[in-house]
Amino acid sequence: MAHFAKPAEGSWTEHYPELGTAPVDYTDSIDPAFFEAEREAIFKRTWLNVGRVERLPRTGSYFTKELPSAGPGFSVIVVKTKDGSVKAFHNVCRHRGNKLVWNDYPHEETSGTCRQFTCKYHAWRYSIDGDLTFVQQEDEFFDLDKSQFGLKPVRCEVWEGFIFINLDPNAQPLAEYLGPLAKGIEGYPFNEMTEVYSYKAEVGSNWKLFIDAFAEFYHAPVLHQKQYTPEEAAKIMQYGFEALYYELASPHGMISTWGGQSPPADLSMVKPMDRVLRSGLFGPWERPDVIEQLDQLPPGVNPTRAPQWGIDSWHFFPNFMLLIWAPGWYLTYHYWPTTVDKHIFETSLYFVPPRNVRERLAQELAAVTFKEYALQDSNTLEATQTMIGTKVVSEFPLCDQEILLRHLHKVTGDYVNKYRNNGAKEAHNGSAR
Amino acid sequence: MALPAEFADLEPYLEWDLATEPERYAKRLASTMAEMQAFYDVAFPRMEELIAYCDKFPLDDLPTDARTLMHLMQSLIMVSFPVEAWKQPRVPDSGAAWVELIKEPVI
Repeated sequence: MAHFAKPAEGSWTEHYPELGTAPVDYTDSIDPAFFEAEREAIFKRTWLNVGRVERLPRTGSYFTKELPSAGPGFSVIVVKTKDGSVKAFHNVCRHRGNKLVWNDYPHEETSGTCRQFTCKYHAWRYSIDGDLTFVQQEDEFFDLDKSQFGLKPVRCEVWEGFIFINLDPNAQPLAEYLGPLAKGIEGYPFNEMTEVYSYKAEVGSNWKLFIDAFAEFYHAPVLHQKQYTPEEAAKIMQYGFEALYYELASPHGMISTWGGQSPPADLSMVKPMDRVLRSGLFGPWERPDVIEQLDQLPPGVNPTRAPQWGIDSWHFFPNFMLLIWAPGWYLTYHYWPTTVDKHIFETSLYFVPPRNVRERLAQELAAVTFKEYALQDSNTLEATQTMIGTKVVSEFPLCDQEILLRHLHKVTGDYVNKYRNNGAKEAHNGSAR
Repeated sequence: MALPAEFADLEPYLEWDLATEPERYAKRLASTMAEMQAFYDVAFPRMEELIAYCDKFPLDDLPTDARTLMHLMQSLIMVSFPVEAWKQPRVPDSGAAWVELIKEPVI
C-alpha cells in the first residue's frame, strides 16, 4: 500500500513516541478558559511573524499589526529605523494611553512612511526609535523626564526577511526559537519574490482548526475532487494521499509532499486555461531564472531530494505556516485568534516579478486558483467548530498523515500546562520581568 | 474604448474591462452561466493572439487598448473556473465562506 518509505518504527507518528497514537481531545478548541490560557502561555510568549521586510522599504517606513491573539486591543508599530534595523513598539501613547498610530478607524491596521509618530490627541511626538521628543506645553507638567516616557518596546527580530515580534521581553533569541527546520531553509531567495497577492478572511473556528486543515493533505483528493473529471477523481481517491517526508523539531514541524502539476504528466488532467497559460494550483510551470540558476536548493527544501517533489510546508508554532512550491514561489498563512471560536486568517502568495504579460497572467491564474481552494477549505471549518462545540464527541482518531495536527495539539497543551503550573504562579506572585 | 481592429469581436464584452480582482469576482458572482459562457466562447480561443498583442509592449507601460485587453484576459481567468470546472458561478462547497483580496498588483 505504502508508496513512500516510512521510518523504521513503522509510522511517522511512532517515530516521535512522545506523541502517542491515541485519539486526540479537541476540548482545546472549544473551551474559553483554555483559550485565555493560550493567550497568556503562547501568544504573549512566543515569536510571531508579522510580515516581510519588503513592507519597510526606507527609513521611517512603518506598519501597524493588530494582535487580538494576545488580548483585545493589543497592537504593535513596526518601523524601519535610521540605522536600517527594524524595531517594534506597543501602539500606545505614554501620555494618556491613546492609540498612537491609526487612521480613521482605530481598530484597522495602517502603514506608511513618517519622520516621527505624533499622537492625534495632544500632539506628543516620538522619534522612529521610540524616544519621546516633544510634549505639548511641557512646562505645565510636573518634573516630566522625557527620557522615561519613550514608547514601550516590543522584542523584534528578523529571519530571512521575515519580521517576528515577541511580547515577552525575556524570550530566547528568534533563531534559537525557530531552530533547525528554519536553519535548513536559509538561503532560499525569498527576497527576490516581491510580487504579492494577499487575502484575508474572518473564519468562524478556533485558530488551530484551520492549521489542522492546511497541515494535512489527506483531505485533498476528497474535498477538492470537483475540479477533476469523475474518472480522474475516482483514480485520485483510490490512490489517496501519502507525504514524502515529515519532520518535527518541537514546537515546529514540516511536511514534504509530491505534486505532479507543474507541469502535469498528462495535460488532460488540467483545465484548458491551465494548458494555455501553463500554470495552475501549483503555480506557473516555468521556473523563474533565480530558481533555475540556483546551484541547489537549501538542504531543508525538498529534504529527501525526491524528483516528484511538489510542496514543502513548515508550521512555525504557533500561527505561521510557510509553503515553498517546487516551481519557485512561496506562500504564507497566518491565523490570529480573536475568541475561542473565531480567528482572522491571512494568506499571501509571493512570486518573482513577471517580465511580461504572459508571465503576469500565469501568476494571476495561480492566485485565482488558490482562492477557489481556500474558499472550500475555510468552509469546512465552521461546520467542524459547531459540531465539536456540541461535545457529543470529544476525542478524534488522527491518522499517520495527520501527524502535524497531533503535534500541534500536543505542543499547545504542553505550553498551556506549563504556564498553568509555573507561569500562572509566577504571575500571581507578582514577579517583575 | 476602441479595441484594436483585429479584436473588435470582443467589444460586446467590455463590461469585463475591470482592473481589480474584487471587481472581477463581484461581476462573476453577479453573472449567469450563459453570460460567462458567451464571453468565454468568444475570448478564450483568442488567448494566444491577445497575449502576443499585449507582449509587444512593456508590462509596466501598456497602452490603453492593451491594458483593456489585459483586463479582459484577467476576467477570462476569473470566469474559467465557473465555465471549465464548477458549472456554476460560485465555488462549490464554499457556503458562507468569504475570502477577501486585500493586496494585488494592478495593471
